[in-house]
Amino acid sequence: MISDPRPLSPHLQVYRWQLTSVMSILHRASGVALAAGAILLVWWLGAAADGPEPYAGVQRFLGSWLGRILLFGWSLALFYHLCNGLRHLWWDTGRGLELRSVYASGWAVVAGTLALTLIAWVVGISQWTR
Amino acid sequence: MALPRMRSPMRSPLGRAIGLGSAKEGVEHWWAQRITALALVPLTVWFVIEIIALAGADRALFVAWLRYPQQAILLVLLLIATFYHGALGLQVVIEDYVANERWRLALLIFMRLAAIAFAVRGIFAVLKLSLGA
Repeated sequence: MISDPRPLSPHLQVYRWQLTSVMSILHRASGVALAAGAILLVWWLGAAADGPEPYAGVQRFLGSWLGRILLFGWSLALFYHLCNGLRHLWWDTGRGLELRSVYASGWAVVAGTLALTLIAWVVGISQWTR
Repeated sequence: MALPRMRSPMRSPLGRAIGLGSAKEGVEHWWAQRITALALVPLTVWFVIEIIALAGADRALFVAWLRYPQQAILLVLLLIATFYHGALGLQVVIEDYVANERWRLALLIFMRLAAIAFAVRGIFAVLKLSLGA
């Protein structure tokens, strides 16, 4: 049990941010966000199963500005974690581990995430307002 | 025909039979993470497509959609894979960031139980809507 922790040398404030490190921590962060989103999904399913009034309550929250922001953030996290997850599985086969490949695939994941999120929301909104 | 194994003097027969090293656990976590990830790729794509297709639907339409066994089954599979994969991921997060041993153990246990509880809650809701009145 550490009651008086010794000081650490600075790391986050000193080391340069790189695509590799940023994407790695984003993969973890998006994973945690998705776990929270999964709870929200169960809440929504539970409300649907409970009846029309609970369901309407959840739908109202999801339709609010906070709900919309959460949904958008969740979709970003989902597509990022999906694309980067595929990249991880690709690495697991032993491929793409050279530095050039890592950067190229990294930017591809970023592009894919933004593209998928945009497509999903454009199609989704057009569906909603049809 | 298999070559006879050289008997390591440092391992008991039971240790050799169980096959684990000093880390006390093997590669199960890593493998399960990959398997659930693999399952989640098509399941997630399916889910996103359905959610978009159902955008703006009222409860009646959603329930009608869930009446189809294929949709309900896929949703149940999604819930299982998601919470299993998520629990494995959160496990490493907790192991990495919680220094206090007691808190770490408590959180790991609580997280795992919560994942099971939420998964079951979700599966129950899907089944109730798909099968019930």
